[in-house]
Amino acid sequence: MMSHELDSLYQDIILDHAKRRLNAGLREPFEAEVHHVNPTCGDEVTLRLHLEGDVIRDISYDNQGCSISSASASVMTELLIGKTVAEAKPIHDAFLEMMRGKGQVEPDEDVLEDAIAFAGAAKLTARIKCALLSWMAYQDALVRAQEESDV
Amino acid sequence: MTTTQLVGLLPELEVIRADFPILERTVAGGLPLVYLDSANTSQKPQVVIDTMVDHLERHNANVARAMHALGAESTEAFEGGRDRVAAFLNAPSRDEVIFTKNASEALNLVANTLAWAQGPLRVGEGDVVVTTEMEHHSNIVPWQLLTERTGATLKWFGITDDGHLDLANIDELISERTKVVTLTWVSNMLGTINPVAEIARRAHEVGAIVVLDASQAAPQLPVDVVACGADVVVFTGHKVVGPTGIGVLWGRRELLEQLPPFLGGGEMIETVRMEGSTYAGIPHKFEAGTPPIVEAVGLGAAVDYLSHIGMDAIHRHEQAITAYALEGLQTVRGLTVLGPLDAAERGGAISFELDGVHPHDVAQVLDSRGVAVRAGHHCAKPAHARFGVQSSTRMSSYLYTTPAEIDALVDGLEYTRSYFKLG
Ligand SMILES: Cc1ncc(COP(=O)(O)O)c(C=O)c1O
Repeated sequence: MMSHELDSLYQDIILDHAKRRLNAGLREPFEAEVHHVNPTCGDEVTLRLHLEGDVIRDISYDNQGCSISSASASVMTELLIGKTVAEAKPIHDAFLEMMRGKGQVEPDEDVLEDAIAFAGAAKLTARIKCALLSWMAYQDALVRAQEESDV
Repeated sequence: MTTTQLVGLLPELEVIRADFPILERTVAGGLPLVYLDSANTSQKPQVVIDTMVDHLERHNANVARAMHALGAESTEAFEGGRDRVAAFLNAPSRDEVIFTKNASEALNLVANTLAWAQGPLRVGEGDVVVTTEMEHHSNIVPWQLLTERTGATLKWFGITDDGHLDLANIDELISERTKVVTLTWVSNMLGTINPVAEIARRAHEVGAIVVLDASQAAPQLPVDVVACGADVVVFTGHKVVGPTGIGVLWGRRELLEQLPPFLGGGEMIETVRMEGSTYAGIPHKFEAGTPPIVEAVGLGAAVDYLSHIGMDAIHRHEQAITAYALEGLQTVRGLTVLGPLDAAERGGAISFELDGVHPHDVAQVLDSRGVAVRAGHHCAKPAHARFGVQSSTRMSSYLYTTPAEIDALVDGLEYTRSYFKLG
């Protein structure tokens, strides 16, 4: 990778979120807790989801990972907390589409807001999983929380 | 410091570097490649590449079963690879050298056949298998599978704070019930060189067999399978300047003869009837199916290449580079080396932490400067957990590494600190 690519990976938004880690820490109450690991590098996240009806009241997490995976968790929680599950879905879908698009997908800033900064990571095979880790954990937690409420 | 001041470097380092075409490559938009990931896989000299191409271009045929000129040439070249590996290991007999897919398969072969063995070798309920906390996952998981499946117990040596094996409870670990003691000769994470002969002696006192993972030792130390005292020694081709797709299992003849086959198929039989089969003698008993032919030919050229330079000379070079790297790394603020700090006690893989920057991010910034290192758990999660870290950055040198490349790493680490605005 060249140095200008380095700067497009480590955008200020990302470095800033990696430092501030919004919504970090595990909190009560929650309906689902999941633990996800990136087996190649060992990065880990424990994530809790608290729903109130259809509204995402809280996403709390504890993670060990690189700046990309930490920033991604921070951005995701900032974007999704307070939204309804239905409102969150297109954001989640757009993020996955961008990250799996090998850098070819033109991301929509209106939908993704700060998460658009991960477009640089989407071009790097080795970093895609870092950016996706907490998003996949959220999706898993959502399925579990919904199963829980169905019983 | 200039190259000439370092004692122990290979005298014709520039000539050796010229043997490795990939080292001429540039990366990151025109920067010279600084390849410090040789413990992961080594680069290949021209002679290995040429030998493999020549085999494919001129001698390719299946081995053992092709009754024509090419078949004979191919068989000769393949078995020639075995001879060269036997010489490299100082093995008493070429028949004791078994080709596998890699070191992992070789370790699985041993662990599985010990479960299936009849008689005293068999590992079963109540038996103990001993490994260590500093192993590569390849020398942990096969033994977990073995002990879980047979009702045996897996125990392990711990690691001391300074990165050595903790032998304090050796008498408890190696007891009458111990059937197998398996350990790495050189740690791929901490770099530690383990006291193999001493542990082998203790294991033999209780009648246990000793399995040695030489994946990191074979590239950089003279390996003598008899002198090291082990019953089984394994390594992997791609770390000794050979190709991927081939590994080596050396075992003492009596042991290999007592073990049952691992995989069944062509080439490993004596005769097959529908009611049952009898098996070929070693080494073919353990080599079912068409073997990695061109890989064996390439591996033969690789170990010849190393022997020609001399494993003692390569070891001295690694020690000189490692000492220089340990010194340089410790000048970087916030950097902690995991494992022994004395180059004489270790191999050429150095894992470290840089305070405030995750290893992934370290590797990424270094990559933008053409410096290739590894970041992550290096398939040694338990060893990382022992030091309370989840991952680390690892540089690893080899016979082609120069002091200037270590300087580039150290500069790159300073740059990484400034990139992430660490004061
Ligand atoms: C100490 C050690 N053992 C085993 C292995 C496994 O080698 P392979 O992946 O080629 O089977 C490695 C290399 O990754 C290693 O460093």
